[in-house]
Amino acid sequence: MQGISSKQMALGGVALALLIIFPLLVDSSFGQHVMILTFMFAMCGVAWNVMGGYAAMFSFGQVAFFGIGAYASSFLLLTFNISPWIGLVAGGLISALLAAGIGYPCSNLRGHYFAIATIAFAEIIRIVFNNWKLMGAAEGITIPMLKESLANFMFHSSKLPYYYIMLAFLLVSIAVCYWVSTSKMGYYFRAIKESHEIAKVLGVDVVRYRLYAIMISAFLTSMAGTFYAQYILYIDPESVMIMPISVQIVLVAMLGGANTVLGPVIGAAVLIPLSEYSRAWLGYKGTGVDMIVYGTLITIIAMYQPEGVWGSITNLMRRRK
Amino acid sequence: MNDLPILDVQGVSKYFGGLQANEDVSFHVNKGEIVSIIGPNGAGKSTLFSCVTGFHRLDKGRVLFKGQDISNWKPHSIGKLGVVRTFQIAQVISDMTVLENVMTGAFLRHTNVPDVRRKAEKVLTFTGLFEKRESNATALSISDKKRLEVSMALAMEPELLMLDESMAGLTVVELREMIELIRKVRESGITVVVVEHVMEAVMELSDRVVVLNSGRKIVEGPPKEVVANPEVIRAYLGERYNAVRQ
Amino acid sequence: MEQLAQQLVNGILIGLVYSLLAIGLTLIWGVMNVLNFAHGEFLMIGMFISYWLYSLAGIDPLLSIPLNAVALFLFGMFIYRFVISKVMKGPALAQLVVTFGISIFLANFAALIWTPNFRSIEHTLLSGTWDISGVKLSIPKFVTSIGSVLTSLGVFWFLRNTRIGKAILAVEMDREAAVIMGINTERINSLSFGIGSALVGVAGALLATNYYIYPFVGGSFSLVCFCIVALGGFGSIEGAFIAGILVGVVQTLGGYIFDPAYKLAIVFAMYLITVWIRPQGLRGL
Repeated sequence: MQGISSKQMALGGVALALLIIFPLLVDSSFGQHVMILTFMFAMCGVAWNVMGGYAAMFSFGQVAFFGIGAYASSFLLLTFNISPWIGLVAGGLISALLAAGIGYPCSNLRGHYFAIATIAFAEIIRIVFNNWKLMGAAEGITIPMLKESLANFMFHSSKLPYYYIMLAFLLVSIAVCYWVSTSKMGYYFRAIKESHEIAKVLGVDVVRYRLYAIMISAFLTSMAGTFYAQYILYIDPESVMIMPISVQIVLVAMLGGANTVLGPVIGAAVLIPLSEYSRAWLGYKGTGVDMIVYGTLITIIAMYQPEGVWGSITNLMRRRK
Repeated sequence: MNDLPILDVQGVSKYFGGLQANEDVSFHVNKGEIVSIIGPNGAGKSTLFSCVTGFHRLDKGRVLFKGQDISNWKPHSIGKLGVVRTFQIAQVISDMTVLENVMTGAFLRHTNVPDVRRKAEKVLTFTGLFEKRESNATALSISDKKRLEVSMALAMEPELLMLDESMAGLTVVELREMIELIRKVRESGITVVVVEHVMEAVMELSDRVVVLNSGRKIVEGPPKEVVANPEVIRAYLGERYNAVRQ
Repeated sequence: MEQLAQQLVNGILIGLVYSLLAIGLTLIWGVMNVLNFAHGEFLMIGMFISYWLYSLAGIDPLLSIPLNAVALFLFGMFIYRFVISKVMKGPALAQLVVTFGISIFLANFAALIWTPNFRSIEHTLLSGTWDISGVKLSIPKFVTSIGSVLTSLGVFWFLRNTRIGKAILAVEMDREAAVIMGINTERINSLSFGIGSALVGVAGALLATNYYIYPFVGGSFSLVCFCIVALGGFGSIEGAFIAGILVGVVQTLGGYIFDPAYKLAIVFAMYLITVWIRPQGLRGL
């Protein structure tokens, strides 16, 4: 079972403690920014895992939920002055409903067919938002400046509150993922992963459980989107609805180790700093050298460590026994 | 006491394109019986199983379970009702241990994880796989995989268990053990229907035997009678089948 | 009515080129179960080869077709041999990531050495339009689609009538049986990848006259291509051919009837609806 062992708990506790004091020690704004993005993608990776790692529903369209979360909360704030925290939940619910709506007709799709359906779905969402005047079309939405406070989910003087909020979100998603993995749902997901037939024989309502997987995943991803909107304070289809984000999420989960709770966290910890720092150091001319490095690295990792970083670590630990 | 047969198959027909896999098959099973369905290869035995358990749509006919019409119900609903089937090639969940596999079955009737684990362990003790409960399911031998499949089914607390060729590929000793297990299952109150090629098992276990040939039921009755029936012999003429693999 | 016919014709023309792209992708998929996410980038390379041959040596894109085919064939085999083959035995996800990595690498490397600027090929051998009872047929586009059809037919013929082609079909149908029959599946893999890439190279030459050429052009082609391949049924070459035309028509007509901005959205919606009703796409029809 891919839960968390007590040794891992201990390590996790230490890591958590370090993460908590990190921004107090390291004053670099960029460093904190990288960590925030890392937490965000880690959360999306964990969310992806619920459907992709456990139930073998490989989604390459997670950005749709991310974007909808961002837009939902921002639109509600801008137009109706609704608190972003309520917007957070609203966005999550909308995403979950949409996920069910697209998931239901795709109930019999597996593997590549399902993956492409998710891509098609996400692209439709992007094109719609790109042309939807109410949502700002291509210009997007600028989140209105509010007084700095937790209630307003907005902070101007320092990144620290954002850091801790995102970390808290990440912990919530890890808790949800862990709970799923050790519960009836987790077992049923893994039966579905093996084959729809065997799941049915075991009495699993495959359609229903697949919907659970996609809805949970969508809700969590949407939360990350709302956070992003409140953090960056500007969203448009080109920044919150494009496929490279979906790809990044899959990479984070896969390279970290799909099918494990903490794998995506490790994956994000490797990939996000890599892409952010290489962009900062190498990408200044717009030449895309950072992306060349990035592309090369993920290819090499996939070639030589297909189980992901987490997988290699656990393999190493197993061999030491 | 129930007068109703626990399973009543009425005039079931199933076509695949031009091929008639089952034609007007009718028989019933009484509570507590062990009934075997036999017939040459291609007679439509597994198709019948799939029709009864919701994996194929019926083209004609009905299936009644304890008097309730379950024709064309979804497989998971039929499972919940109390009818569970196994497959010719044992289907187990490969990235789980033996125990986890059985727990997955047990989740049908329980939600509390400790309860589920306890139930799974009880079932594994019953089927003799308790010692191997932490092994990965794919590491098991064929005979153990079949027993695991039975365990998973038993964890679902079925009233009717339908076994598809559970004896295929077993050695003499393993065959004996499987026969004993099926007896134990019946003794615990579960009705059993088996599709079988291994005649030794059929003769030993069955209260009644149903014979299919080319999609139709040709004979039904106690094993000794059926086996001596000239029509049955004719159906098998020219067919070589292995009773037991050494 | 005339406009509708015009759009229909345009749709078929572009659809035929889509078909060629899709056939390349589905061939690779059918033989080795790999969805090449870098397909669009291979196309981009093909387009650039034609562009450089045109701007540096004055060779018309139509004439560069054989060069493109050979170059991409070799390139495809190279990529297979040194990268893809290493992940064939691993999990499917690893294969996807590898081709992703290749696509990111190629697009950005091209941007590095060629700059991200848009280029286009201005003067071609053929130009002008035919007017057939009010419907304008652009001659370059027409020739492009003819080229596409001929290449597709060539592929059909090759697969059914040559020893290697039949071996490819055999592996596509049943890999294990092919191994038992003594077919060197590794070699078939690499050849198929090469051929699939060559087809993309040809498509690149054909499209170079009609589209802006820039390093990131591959992206949207890739997505549409996946939809086409899935619609036609993964692995089905006839399916890819038909689906390609269908998508071209839907895209053009959809853009005309509704809103050009939603062209692709309509295509993707069509994919979702089709797959909802018939999960295996058009396969088997």
